[in-house]
This record gives sequence, structure tokens and C-alpha cells, in this order.
Amino acid sequence: MSEAPGIGRIRVPPRARRGEVVEIRLLIQHPMENGFRRDPLGRAVAKNIIHRLVARYDGREILRAELGSGIAANPYFAFFTRATASGRIEIDWEDEAGVRGSVSAPIEVSG
Amino acid sequence: MRRLAAIALALLATVAVAQAPRSGLEFQSEDIRRLQADDFANPAMLWAERGAAAWQQRRGTANKSCADCHGTAEQSMRGVAARLPAWDTRLMSVSTLDQRINACTVREQGAAELPPESEAALALQAYVALQSRGMPLRVAVDGPAQTMFDLGRELYRTRIGQMNLACMHCHEQQAGKTLLAERISQGQPTAWPAYRMEWQALGSIERRLRACFLGVRAEMPAYRSADLVALQLFLAWRAQGLALEAPGVRR
Repeated sequence: MSEAPGIGRIRVPPRARRGEVVEIRLLIQHPMENGFRRDPLGRAVAKNIIHRLVARYDGREILRAELGSGIAANPYFAFFTRATASGRIEIDWEDEAGVRGSVSAPIEVSG
Repeated sequence: MRRLAAIALALLATVAVAQAPRSGLEFQSEDIRRLQADDFANPAMLWAERGAAAWQQRRGTANKSCADCHGTAEQSMRGVAARLPAWDTRLMSVSTLDQRINACTVREQGAAELPPESEAALALQAYVALQSRGMPLRVAVDGPAQTMFDLGRELYRTRIGQMNLACMHCHEQQAGKTLLAERISQGQPTAWPAYRMEWQALGSIERRLRACFLGVRAEMPAYRSADLVALQLFLAWRAQGLALEAPGVRR
């Protein structure tokens, strides 16, 4: 599960009208280990969850999330933002092992 | 006498209903069905995406990628997963998609074997299976595949484990009923490899079958063993005509 952490998928509507509310969706491949599990040999598996997630729209922060261990593996997020100008939506995150991941997608705003 | 006839008729009706093949998806809850229907939210697609990248990646002593021989998967792999397991003239045995990918990796790419249930094996399986999505399962069980098919059918009907149950006792005679919090499906293998909520990961049909062996407290057959291949062949034949949903989502 953790061979290549930091893998994610993002979906942003490629085009929007100015002022339109758009949905941004994100799926991250991550084990979200809660620290209570044991491996097949009985050794405790260290807690490792994505503790920080930040979304930026053209450099401006639009969402910041602090995640806990109650969130399932391979977390899925959906949130809304108002399309103001053409630019990029960038999302990056970091887990407790210090591994970072990021995805980004462009949005073209007309009108 | 009349009452006996009524009971016999009712029994016949149950059997007849149980035999119309229905995808396992129909036995899942609404949220699982919605998750599978949404290609973005479906977590199994993470593996398929990784498989798409692996398809292009050159590996092994031959330094060849899957694409170097097979071109674009959308064309060359279309329908392949719906026809497997099938007799393989080079391996001289019935082989599954997993075994064929593995054989190609070792023989053509000169790379190390992909361990069963490894991320690399599952990613390629998911990506190849995705190319046959929506196509009806149709496997050949005659000719050289006949022996394996017979073995699969035999295993399907043989009582095993401390529970002393055969596959058919749950998945044919009790399908649709509730077992603990779950509805028992018909055991139709249309979604695999699938993202299983219980595992929080993608897994192959072999992993799922092994879980059933564990469930009836029987000895689990090894990955890629003849028993598991034979069962897969029989199950694919039994599901004939059902559309492939891979990579799917299951509880």
C-alpha cells in the first residue's frame, strides 16, 4: 500500500464562468494507518496519517484541513470554491512520515 | 399430498430464481454501488491509473515496456479479461490474467516475477481488466481447458473445512439471504480485481476466494495454485453473459 505514497487524483472543471461555484474533487492513495493495527508478525504498525492538507487557488489558500485517524484509507475529498480568475488549483499534503504529495489542475474562467 | 406438491413447487421456484445470474453489485448497499459507478471516486481507479503508467514503463533485461509489444491497451487488451482464464499454448495450462501478466514480465521483459497481490501486479491487472469493462464474460471450457473446468466444478460442489460447506451451499442455495450484516451474493466474479472496503485496498479474486476458504475454516490454497485457477475458470463460466465491472468496489 505504501510503495509510492503521494499518489493522488484531482478533478476540477476545466472551464467555468466568473463567479460560478465549482466542485473540486480529490482522491489520495494513502494507508491512513491509525496506529492500532499489527502486521502479520504481530509487530505494531506505526501511526501514519495525512495530518495536513492545503488547497491553493493561484497561490491563495482556499482550504486547509487537519485530518485525524478516523478517516479511512485512500481518503476522498470534495469541496467548493468560487471561480474568480483563470489559474491553477494546487493541493498538497503531508503525512506523519514526512512524505509529501501534491496534485494540481488548471481552470479556465471566462466572462 | 397436495401440500407436498406445493412445497416441491416452492423449492423448485427458489432454485429457479437462484440460478438466474446476477452481478454481486446487486447485493451491495446503495453507497457501494454509487462509489463503483463514479469513476473518479472509485478508489480502485487509483490502481488502474498506476497500471497505465506501468504499461509504458520499460523494465527488465530486455528493457521493454508492455506498450512496446502490445501497443495501446485500449485496443490490444479490449476483451482480453472477459475471456480469461483460458488455455495458454505457451504455458501449456489454463492461466489467469495475473499469470499471463507475470509470464510476460518474466519471459518477455526479463524482469523479476511480480509477487501475487503485489501493488505492481494488481495495478496492471486493474488497468488491463478496465479495457474490457462492460463486455460479457465468455470463457472457453472445452478442449484442453476441460480438465481444469471439471476440477473447478468439483471444488465448487465439495464440502470443505470445519464448517463443512461447499461454495454452492452459500452462493447458490442461500444467495440473497443475510449472513451477519451482509447479503450473500451469488459469487459471480465480475468486479475483480476490486477495491474491498474490508481490506481498504485493491485485491484479486484469488484473495477473495482465499477469504472464503478461511470463512469456512478450511486450508487456504496458495496463490496461483491449480485449485484457485480451476475455481476461477468455473466461476467465470458460471457468470457467462454478465458484464465485467472491473475494477469494481465491494464491501
